[in-house]
Amino acid sequence: MLELQNINKYYNQGTVNEMCLFQNFNLTIKDQQFVSVVGSNGSGKTSLLNIICGSIPLDSGSILVGGADITNMPEFKRQRRIGRVYQNPAMGTCPNMTILENMALADTKGKPFNLLPGTNKQRISYYKEQLRFLGLGLEDKLHVKVGVLSGGQRQAMALLMSTMTPIEFLILDEHTAALDPKTAENIMELTDRIVKEKHLTTIMVTHNLRYAVEYGNRLLMMHQGNAIIDTEGDEKSSMDVEHILEKFNEISIECGN
Amino acid sequence: MSIILGVLEEGLVYAIMALGVYITYKILDFPDLSVDGTFPLGGAITVTLILAGMNPAATLFIAFAVGALAGCITGFIHVKLKVRDLLSGIIVMTALYSVNLRIAGKSNVPFFNNDSIFENSFVNRLLPGKLADISVVIILAVIVVIVKILLDQYLKTRSGYLLRAVGDNETLVTSLAKDKGMVKIIGLAIANGLAALAGSVYCQQKGFFEISMGTGTIVIGLANVIIGTKLFKRIGFVKSTTAVIIGSIIYKACVSFAIYLGMEASDLKLITSVLFLAILVISNGREKKVKQHA
Repeated sequence: MLELQNINKYYNQGTVNEMCLFQNFNLTIKDQQFVSVVGSNGSGKTSLLNIICGSIPLDSGSILVGGADITNMPEFKRQRRIGRVYQNPAMGTCPNMTILENMALADTKGKPFNLLPGTNKQRISYYKEQLRFLGLGLEDKLHVKVGVLSGGQRQAMALLMSTMTPIEFLILDEHTAALDPKTAENIMELTDRIVKEKHLTTIMVTHNLRYAVEYGNRLLMMHQGNAIIDTEGDEKSSMDVEHILEKFNEISIECGN
Repeated sequence: MSIILGVLEEGLVYAIMALGVYITYKILDFPDLSVDGTFPLGGAITVTLILAGMNPAATLFIAFAVGALAGCITGFIHVKLKVRDLLSGIIVMTALYSVNLRIAGKSNVPFFNNDSIFENSFVNRLLPGKLADISVVIILAVIVVIVKILLDQYLKTRSGYLLRAVGDNETLVTSLAKDKGMVKIIGLAIANGLAALAGSVYCQQKGFFEISMGTGTIVIGLANVIIGTKLFKRIGFVKSTTAVIIGSIIYKACVSFAIYLGMEASDLKLITSVLFLAILVISNGREKKVKQHA
């Protein structure tokens, strides 16, 4: 279980540009929940992910995982239990290393990075099998540098790499936004398959309302640092895109847009 | 013949240092100026230890270790104290000037009469007569090849993979639950260790230590790395480390050629800089052309 308690986060504190993002924000995410997060720009979606991952510091409040306080744990240590896929496909892979080397790197997560061979030859058939699962033919290009792959191929690899070792949480930061519709659809199906197979607790930020409705078992709509929609289970299943869009328009009118 | 030997000798000495610069500049993308201080640091340590009676070969390892420590300091200043990369190197480089003087005692220390890795009874027995002329080149080649193989092997280990990853995509290193700062410190340690090792070899070959021997080390290192990697970019089977070594020899040959054409030895640093500038400009121009054609 992931708990955010009384989160406060200000930007530019103490200046005229001071902006309050989260004020006493609380959120509890149960194990194996798949939460889709939607909301307008600047509503705090990505900040929420950054706070969970430890990429940005908190002003006050605490973050608990399974009851243990991880508020002061540095970002890289938290990543041990987290897999994260970014909007930019370049963020999840090393462009100047080969597909095989990238897979081997991801496979070493959680193990000591010592003087053992970087690529364990016995694992190559496993990597091939995993890459075949993507259906992009990457299993035959093991010695090709990742930098020459397309955005969609890289994002598929990033997803595979971030979920290769045992993790508890999968953090998806608009991970289909930079892809063409067809590729985005494939990546989204792949995501769903991996999440179900590995029983991951997932938080997915997306601007695609259809994905938010179709995938996952809980939906949050963020607005000015608050969750103005929070539905799960049957209630979420009955939601449709029109309903969310309606709510979207409502808040936009409030803001005077 | 003696010119060719001279080129090979100096080229190979600087190749050791250039392999270190290859790590910081090409792999870590870190402009590390501290090599200007760690190169003579290796020399100062070596002279002092040899005059104290230590085995010349053992000084190589100690020089590497002390250079690596200095690299860790550069890394610490950059990573933990959050000083910009260029400035961290300048701070360590400047501080090392005084440290080197302290270690060596004075700015010029000769030790022609002592044994070195090039001049000792073992080498004289192993490479007698005619071979003695090229003994320096042979010994240097052996050292360079050993360093190259060790570095190649290291870059294939898990730790080496992580080092390559941090220069390629820092975010991924964090995603792998590793502290990217620590990885950078390791890279700087190896690079400066190699620079100090090169300084140690340099002094043993010349038979003296000189405080200003480090001036321009980074320029030579960068020139070697850029010549090597640009020249062999299109040829896939030449490893980057091999390319850097060949680049070092080519660069030294260019400098020697300039002196041969009538420049004076005192113009050396000027030639070094101008040649480096020329290489930068030429390699930029070629890149643009390729882009236009694409």
